[in-house]
Amino acid sequence: MNSNMLNRRTFVAASLAFAGMAAPAAALSENEARVLIDTVVTEINRVIASGQTEAQMIKSFETIFVQYADVPIMAQYVLGNDGRSATAAQKRDFTDAFQGYISRKYGKRFREFIGGQIEVQGAREIKAGYEITTTAYLKGEAPFEVIFLVSGKSGRDLFFNMFIEGVNVLLTERTEIGAMLDRRKGDMGLMIADLRQAG
Amino acid sequence: MPRLDQINSVLRGAVGSFALIALVACSTGQEVSQSAQGLNDPYEAQNRKTHEFNKALDTNLLRPTSRAYAAVVPTPVRTSVSNFSKNLSMPQVVVNSLLQGNLENAGTATFRFVLNSTVGMLGLFDAASEFKVADVDSDFGETLAVWGVGEGAFLEIPVFGPAFQRDAVGKVVDLFTNPLTANLNEPETYISPTTSALRALHNRDRFSSTIDSLLYESADSYAQTRLIYQESRRFKITSKTTNTPATYEDPYEQ
Repeated sequence: MNSNMLNRRTFVAASLAFAGMAAPAAALSENEARVLIDTVVTEINRVIASGQTEAQMIKSFETIFVQYADVPIMAQYVLGNDGRSATAAQKRDFTDAFQGYISRKYGKRFREFIGGQIEVQGAREIKAGYEITTTAYLKGEAPFEVIFLVSGKSGRDLFFNMFIEGVNVLLTERTEIGAMLDRRKGDMGLMIADLRQAG
Repeated sequence: MPRLDQINSVLRGAVGSFALIALVACSTGQEVSQSAQGLNDPYEAQNRKTHEFNKALDTNLLRPTSRAYAAVVPTPVRTSVSNFSKNLSMPQVVVNSLLQGNLENAGTATFRFVLNSTVGMLGLFDAASEFKVADVDSDFGETLAVWGVGEGAFLEIPVFGPAFQRDAVGKVVDLFTNPLTANLNEPETYISPTTSALRALHNRDRFSSTIDSLLYESADSYAQTRLIYQESRRFKITSKTTNTPATYEDPYEQ
């Protein structure tokens, strides 16, 4: 039965591709996107409620980040035009440094979320995949909107950007990394080394 | 003979209308509605100087004062002062919502004001939020946006911080047109500015790690401030002016 379903799915996918419809590459469905963010949010809520120390929270956040986000595409976007001149090794190095930097920068803010909750509200199809709208309820604050963008284009369903009340997190980081590079007169190696300490 | 405060209120109105006329005159001269994307910062050099000034002001005055305020005054009291200040701004939210033709917002703000002024004991308690009444906010900058005025250039204003030209004018008008406090006599006339200053201190403390990381840990705090202001302001304005869903850059296609 299971293998039957699988075969049917493969068949449908193959015929769609054949028909030239090339439906959104990995055929991420609205429901799958929603489930992904539901899972992320549940894991985040669990970390918030766990009473871990800051260092543990940062570690937990890094695990969630690596598992559910498309870190390489995020790093590539953040590096932007400067990334074009980077060597393959530098790009790998940067992705690795970026992962730690994001985990420290956002992980250490988790304490502010203690007693809070994030709820998934809705999903909408966009070019790259799906936009998942959530509401963050923090203690003593008006609820605010957090949007996750999810794509299946990497071959797996992963989120690749967040908007916190309209503020584009990737763009914010692209600006920051650009400024770090400028300050180091475009020295990629130096910037990457410093990024490992930043956040 | 008109009393001094009456003259004052007339003057304030006059300043407000003058600012408005000046703005309309300016904006007819240039592109009125620029696309809400991209960066428009022709005064960057001056803005950066002001940013350094504002940063120094934060380091030397705002941050330490907000810490002292937080250390001396217990949280519930600070929250109440902030609630009170916010409640005082509700009539202005009603007026701006009406000017924008947004009856729903106007209704919610009126309901909030009535509920919090009574059940919430003159606004000291945010009873409306307890009853799950939506949080509403508005200002004259938004009204101008609804009327079709473009955002103009980005400015960093001494003390007040970042603002688009349109919203800077909005702030000036808002300062002088709160229907609740426009016609008060001495000492009452100071209540609203004092409580909003205290609210600002309270917020500086509440969001201290966000603000500290933005101002003191960034490689270019001016660029970060500008971007974050731009994005969140545009987000707010868009929610009031259009129903078109957002479009996003697709990093997989770059």
